[in-house]
Amino acid sequence: MSYVIDRRLNGKNKSTVNRQRFLRRYKSHIKKAVEQAVGRRSITDMDHGEQISIPGRDIDEPIFHHGQGGRQTRVHPGNREFTSGDQIARPQGGGGQGGTQASNSGEGEDDFVFQITQDEFLDFMFEDLALPNLIKRHLAGTDTFKPVRAGISQQGNPSRINIVRSMRAAHARRIALSGGSRSRLRLAMRELEQLKLTQPDNLDDIKALEEEIHALRRRVARIPFLDTFDLRYNLITKVPHPSSKAVMFCLMDVSGSMTQATKDLAKRFYILLYLFLQRNYERIEVVFIRHHTSAKEVDEEEFFYSRETGGTIVSSALRLMQQIVQDRYSPNEWNIYCAQASDGDNWNDDSPICRDLLINEIMPAMQYYCYVEITPREHQALWYEYEQVAAKFPESFAQQQIVGAGDIYPVFRNLFQKRMAS
Amino acid sequence: MNRQPISTGSEWTFDLIRDYDKEIGRIAHDVYGLETYPNQIEVITAEQMMDAYASVGMPLGYHHWSYGKHFLHTEKNYTRGQMGLAYEIVINSDPCIAYLMEENTMTMQALVIAHACYGHNSFFKGNYLFKTWTDASAIVDYLVFAKQYISRCEERHGIDAVEDLLDSCHALMNYGVDRYKRPYPISAEEERRRLIEREEHMQRQVNDLWRTIPVNPNQADEQHEEPRYPSEPQENLLYFIEKNAPLLEPWQREVIRIVRKIAQYFYPQRQTQVMNEGWATFWHYTLLNHLYDEGKVTDGFMMEFLQSHTSVIYQPPFDSNWYSGINPYTLGFAMMQDIRRICEHPTEEDRRWFPDIAGSDWLETIKFAMRTFKDESFILQFLSPKVIRDLKLFAVVDDDKRDYLEIAAIHDDEGYRVVREYLAAQYNLGNREPNIQVWEVDRRGDRSLSLRHQRHEGKPLGETTDEMLRHLHRLWGFDIHLQSLDGDTVVGEAHIPPRPSRDEERLPRFDMNIPPI
Repeated sequence: MSYVIDRRLNGKNKSTVNRQRFLRRYKSHIKKAVEQAVGRRSITDMDHGEQISIPGRDIDEPIFHHGQGGRQTRVHPGNREFTSGDQIARPQGGGGQGGTQASNSGEGEDDFVFQITQDEFLDFMFEDLALPNLIKRHLAGTDTFKPVRAGISQQGNPSRINIVRSMRAAHARRIALSGGSRSRLRLAMRELEQLKLTQPDNLDDIKALEEEIHALRRRVARIPFLDTFDLRYNLITKVPHPSSKAVMFCLMDVSGSMTQATKDLAKRFYILLYLFLQRNYERIEVVFIRHHTSAKEVDEEEFFYSRETGGTIVSSALRLMQQIVQDRYSPNEWNIYCAQASDGDNWNDDSPICRDLLINEIMPAMQYYCYVEITPREHQALWYEYEQVAAKFPESFAQQQIVGAGDIYPVFRNLFQKRMAS
Repeated sequence: MNRQPISTGSEWTFDLIRDYDKEIGRIAHDVYGLETYPNQIEVITAEQMMDAYASVGMPLGYHHWSYGKHFLHTEKNYTRGQMGLAYEIVINSDPCIAYLMEENTMTMQALVIAHACYGHNSFFKGNYLFKTWTDASAIVDYLVFAKQYISRCEERHGIDAVEDLLDSCHALMNYGVDRYKRPYPISAEEERRRLIEREEHMQRQVNDLWRTIPVNPNQADEQHEEPRYPSEPQENLLYFIEKNAPLLEPWQREVIRIVRKIAQYFYPQRQTQVMNEGWATFWHYTLLNHLYDEGKVTDGFMMEFLQSHTSVIYQPPFDSNWYSGINPYTLGFAMMQDIRRICEHPTEEDRRWFPDIAGSDWLETIKFAMRTFKDESFILQFLSPKVIRDLKLFAVVDDDKRDYLEIAAIHDDEGYRVVREYLAAQYNLGNREPNIQVWEVDRRGDRSLSLRHQRHEGKPLGETTDEMLRHLHRLWGFDIHLQSLDGDTVVGEAHIPPRPSRDEERLPRFDMNIPPI
């Protein structure tokens, strides 16, 4: 007798938990590997996982086994030229000898290599990093609410009746209310039976007992099967759900001094920031603003790849951003992030304007503003003006300098390092 | 006779699987009289097959990182195409569960059905080791119980505590087996019922054992007369720890017990690899050939079947790059075929070597062999000179007292018996694993546990010994001593915590804290 069962639609990820356990156990190894990988690979190809290798001896599961030495006898197949009594030199490196035993326990001294997914990769990459000022928006008062289960209640509307709990309560009530009568009833019945057998002519007692039984039966029957008192409802409460919408402004200088290499570095930084925000918010929008002497909102393609020439006025971009925030992204509803990349050039008279604009109008609405200067040269006026902004908003403003591709990740980590709550 | 083939294409359907199963089952039961458990054939995808792989052949298991490691390893090798997945996994349970992979062709599905559902299945049901040591009807229930119990422990005591404990138990898993006592089979339901009772009882027993501590100074002199505990050396280390370790909580004892039970369940499989695979291979070969003789399958079917059968039983020679020991399929299949040949067409040599089976009924003989032996005794009993010649077996001795290897025997008249003995010894689990037993517990002193390792052929312990002792220390909770004996002389010692050297011996010890593993 055989049964054939189609299990193909059953869950295929039976091993997920075990896999997670493994990753959890070797977290430090994996993190090290991820950090190396981040340094190695270009930030633009973040859309795949990573191969992790862990030294084999670190994850061995030990068992008692025989070591080398002593007298070991093994039988092998495929003899061609040996006859008994032949003496052969011992092969170096453990060749044929003992090879079979080692193969069971994995790859010996070799590395244990496996693949982690993109999600896991990013998890490890962004571990220890946190968005600063994440709590601010709770207080804004425009929070949405999310219904959450909160146990069982005696009040509620009929669509939320919890049948199992209600029936259980009814059962308990019936037992509690009728228990005494029932046991008395059983006793009376037994007495009656006894009486009828032993003293069939004692009609008075029999009648009294019969009446009692009748009364008890009625009393038990009067207890309702289900009472409104028994009903239980699933309780659902609303908990405030912090706004999880974010907008990310990418500001970039595209004047003649910005080379394609500089823009590439900026792009990597933006992508890192985008991936990071994506993990914290359900919904995220990106606005690209590029500027030289005047600013323009553009799509991604144009943002990164079209060339412009001319001078640089940073305040034009800041003004445009402020305009867009006013029009489309109310700070009450949106978490606003801004990342500005530039090579540090600005028209000298414009830098103080930028400073004032930031301090007075833009920063109060910002969740976090980071400025990266991509240049190997000395800082220019804009940097020093921005330092004043940083002094005024130490929580939400940061600036860093990037020289080469290798700096991007450390700088990023530095900007978003988990800070102690102050 | 109806010579209409069951199917002609390579695509399988559920109806076709049922048809093939019916035909193969008819031949297996009616023609050859194989006794089997009912079959539960489950069709799964490659991903699910990897899951099944990772849980080392248990239909469901508790969670542990090492299974995750298996899974990642399999997944990597499979997705890179370095390794194909096994065509089947079969589980010793009642009903017998066999997994078929979706990707296989109809021929392969039929091959797997013959191999797993009738070959392995009848082996599970017939072989004495499986009959004595495992309870096919209870295993799935027991695994459910184990899984639930361990996840409850994780909730109550934290994942780390359970994981550490399981690590140590897994390390000692091979030493959690009763080799001589037959375990008393009980169902999972009973297991649950008796659980609480046992926990209390066990704790009480352990308390009794340790009641004599601390030592009363007046009685200190009597220590010499105190009989050694345990009075006999104990080979089942996990059992001994479960029952006697002074500091374990009841739930920890229960977890040790679970690991022990599972080790016991797999113990027969580790002892019958050659026989089990040989038997299953022999029967898929015989059954499908019978099907062909009846005209139920096409020539194309047979070509595909034979191609895959041949690659399964391929034995690379010892100097090949692909050589990794003797292929159990090859050896087992060759020996099973050979038994049939000896019965049906015995030669002069066979009559001399196997007077009692030469010319007898092959079906009876082969079933007798399947029922009554394990790898070691099977080889010792039935490995014939012809198989030794065919496989060109030879034995090599590697003695560390000499700086060369010596060929002890080859496939010639003087060599047959020697090769046979050596090969049988190679499949003797008792030789393959170091012989380590509990020797003594210092009940009145520092509660330390002493183990003794009896060297086999002068072989020392491997380099994992220190780590193993740390695992033992974690379970036992007090000092662990291990002595290696060659004959009656002590040739090596190991201690956790490490013993101070001789000059330091008089200094007080501060190194009681063992760093975590």
